[in-house]
Amino acid sequence: MLIADVIGTVVSPVQHPILEGRSLLLLRPLDPMGKASGPTRIGIDRIGAGVGDRVLVIDEGNSGRQLLAAPEAPVKTIVVAVVDYIECQHELRYDARSSERSQAPLKKKTS
Amino acid sequence: MYLARVIGRLVASQRYPGLEGLALQWIQPLDESGVAEGAALVACATISSGPGDLVHFVDGREGALACPESFVPVDAAIMGFVETVQAPNFDADAYGEAGPC
Repeated sequence: MLIADVIGTVVSPVQHPILEGRSLLLLRPLDPMGKASGPTRIGIDRIGAGVGDRVLVIDEGNSGRQLLAAPEAPVKTIVVAVVDYIECQHELRYDARSSERSQAPLKKKTS
Repeated sequence: MYLARVIGRLVASQRYPGLEGLALQWIQPLDESGVAEGAALVACATISSGPGDLVHFVDGREGALACPESFVPVDAAIMGFVETVQAPNFDADAYGEAGPC
């Protein structure tokens, strides 16, 4: 599983039938310190996450197929939780509990 | 799944059984700004995509599951057209219509 920021939405009018009606989110994977890490992904939303949320993502086929209850589905990247806070090396690295999570403006990618 | 731009087609007449009739296309993965990210690869097209199209694709075992015959040697498959990406930094033209080809 990985942590990612939801940085946008993807609109796809013609796609594989398993994806019909599902909402696709553009994800920026993060390292424990909150820096961008690894390639940008597209994930299927299962919990109503939105732009600005920091989320937990699975990127593995069997788990994905179980979540969609579709044993032959070609899916693997699925958003399964919205993160409230992250603690790493005894420090609070991220805390969405006090801020207005979804309204926070997105920071531009720096690297 | 990842964002990509289709940058070319590939023709291979002699194929492993099960791959007949599958379109093979070059795709270049893109990052959140629409800029090329990582190496271009060959993917199997499950939609009628062509060079210049913005698409999303899946890699690994799921690539084969997206194909009509799911027990085939495929590790990346184009899953759908991308009409729009609503993200602050995304520029659909950043990589160009067909990239360096």
